Amino acid sequence: MNYIDAFRDPAVAKQFVRLIAEQGRALADQGRRVHIMEVCGSHTMAIGRYGIRELLPENVELISGPGCPVCVTDPGYIDAAIALAGKGAILATFGDMIRVPGSTSNLTQCRVSGGDVRVCYSPSAAIEIAQSHSDREIVFLAIGFETTIVPVVSIVDEAIRAGVRNVSLLTAFKLVPPALHALLADTEIKIDAYLCPAHVSAIIGSQAYEPFVTDYHVPCVVAGFEPLDILYGVNGILAQMLKNEARVENQYARVVRRAGNPKAQARMAQYLEPVDAVWRGIGVIPSSGLGLRPEFAGYDAEKKFGMPVHIGQQHAGCRCGDVIKGKLRPIACPLFSSVCTPDNPIGPCMVSAEGTCAAYFKYALRDVQQGGET
Amino acid sequence: MNTDRLVQLAHGGGGRLTRELIEREIVPRFGNGPLSGLPDGATLPSPGDRLVFTTDSFVVHPLEFPGGNIGHLAVHGTVNDLSVCGGEPKWLSLALIIEEGFAFSVLARILDSVREAADACGVTVATGDTKVVARGQGDGIYINTAGIGLALTGFVLGQERICEGDCVLINGTLGDHGMAVMSARQNMDFVKGPVSDTGSVQRLVAAVHEFGAEVRFMRDPTRGGVAAVLNEIVEGREIGILLKERDLPLAPATRAVAEMLGIDPLHAASEGRLILFCSREVAPAILKRWQALPNGEGAVCLGTVTRDKGRVVMETVTGGRRLVDVPRGELLPRIC
Repeated sequence: MNYIDAFRDPAVAKQFVRLIAEQGRALADQGRRVHIMEVCGSHTMAIGRYGIRELLPENVELISGPGCPVCVTDPGYIDAAIALAGKGAILATFGDMIRVPGSTSNLTQCRVSGGDVRVCYSPSAAIEIAQSHSDREIVFLAIGFETTIVPVVSIVDEAIRAGVRNVSLLTAFKLVPPALHALLADTEIKIDAYLCPAHVSAIIGSQAYEPFVTDYHVPCVVAGFEPLDILYGVNGILAQMLKNEARVENQYARVVRRAGNPKAQARMAQYLEPVDAVWRGIGVIPSSGLGLRPEFAGYDAEKKFGMPVHIGQQHAGCRCGDVIKGKLRPIACPLFSSVCTPDNPIGPCMVSAEGTCAAYFKYALRDVQQGGET
Repeated sequence: MNTDRLVQLAHGGGGRLTRELIEREIVPRFGNGPLSGLPDGATLPSPGDRLVFTTDSFVVHPLEFPGGNIGHLAVHGTVNDLSVCGGEPKWLSLALIIEEGFAFSVLARILDSVREAADACGVTVATGDTKVVARGQGDGIYINTAGIGLALTGFVLGQERICEGDCVLINGTLGDHGMAVMSARQNMDFVKGPVSDTGSVQRLVAAVHEFGAEVRFMRDPTRGGVAAVLNEIVEGREIGILLKERDLPLAPATRAVAEMLGIDPLHAASEGRLILFCSREVAPAILKRWQALPNGEGAVCLGTVTRDKGRVVMETVTGGRRLVDVPRGELLPRIC
């Protein structure tokens, strides 16, 4: 448990808050506002859970990026999953997918009207379900970023070894670096620095962020998910900005290496190949996803059942896309908390606990007090 | 397959097998007192002027989990509901809905637990019922218990009596039952995993009735956890509640599993906890009294009542502040 408490020490937190305040003031004296994008959904959650936004100076803003894999799932993907359930397949999925809106329905509704949707904690459950229901087809909803991809793709590995043929993946794997490129290339979005994800970086390595430093002169700091990690990360970013530097700084060295995890990277390359991917709200980003290689078509639900995923229909008023890009803060969305709530989520950012809007709804204090002001 | 050790539909049919089930499983455990002779209803002496009456149904999955089983819950749940209303629990009814094919060995364990828990609480199972449903129409066993208690004198309880400056007390760690069941449901095999806190709070209630009107309100934080109870109390009111994260009592195993699954322990259910609102003046005396009682050793002050209209706010360990919201629907583990 020391591994939890050591990174939540109130006295150390206070010191960081003081350092951040000093650096924030120095930047303010130069007339500078700092927009830091925290890329990962788990960072967004932790920032909310520990009330970190409240501890930052007025001119330092944290913007939530596209790092919640559930939030960036296109409605068309949910439509395809529901169609597969309609054909009698058992859908196995991580928990927070069951509330993501499709074009007209979601997986909770699908389950209520008789679809067999099972929430799993671990991808290995898919193999267990397949073995105990040998007369049924099991489709695992294979979403996630680099961190989740390797354990999920091990379903195929395990199925081949165990001779299990009735399991397949409906893939919508996504890669973080192409999305970060797309955001920096969009001139409408103001991003001064990236607070880079913790666990994704453990797989891809801190070197994945080097191009952003050289091409865009944006400081990139890899930080863990504990409150002290995040404060330390913000502190590191401000220090770079004060010196007008842009470096990749790995502050999560207890887990992340520069080259990442070569074993995991090899496993991904063995089973998967780059594909264009649809990001809800952002659109298609070339080579920003991974799909199963042709030799594993028997485990690829789209190919196995001849049901390709099409781009779906989003709620007309939903501005999750702008929220995911960091263009709009949740409270400025006209649907936020009036129409769109965690009980009745319209957009994916409200669905997942990691979603930016859900995190704001759940934790925000200062923002709610300020009403719609952004 | 040896079917005579499994419950059959005929065990609920009213004939020979029903009689056998009652005589083998029910009478030996509960047959003394009002149930003796198996009358259609219990005839009870009137215990006083004012009674407290409640009912609850139990549908937990899995039926057995670290720290207890559905039998313990069926007693503690109803006993605790009576207790937090200021009642001294006296009698319970016990209704079983059993699924065809249910193992008698498990049934026996569950009924032993009912007996054990009822004895420990000093309540009598006074009447009951048994039904059997076809395979696939139940989840092993469902239990309903109703309870009657005597209203203790001295209490003047009401949510509306809670005011600014009051203290929020709890008798132990948060969310242990919820996390124990969740771990058991997912077959998470821990060396030292979370253990359900299923237990009775009646002695804790009996120990404070003499504080009379200084005790404002009591509630057991079951489904929805502490967060749901606190939010319900402040909703639409001029008052709020301030919690301090560093004061939250958490069992190490519960905390570890909650961290792993990304679930807020404030949202997880307890089955042996009591939240009590009282004036600041009597809080230390109540805590002292509780800490000397079984199931009260871990009693602490969880927070205070503020003027922060309708909001439950937590001061975090880093010194920030955040809203403590009600849980939404199912508790779902996060993806990463």
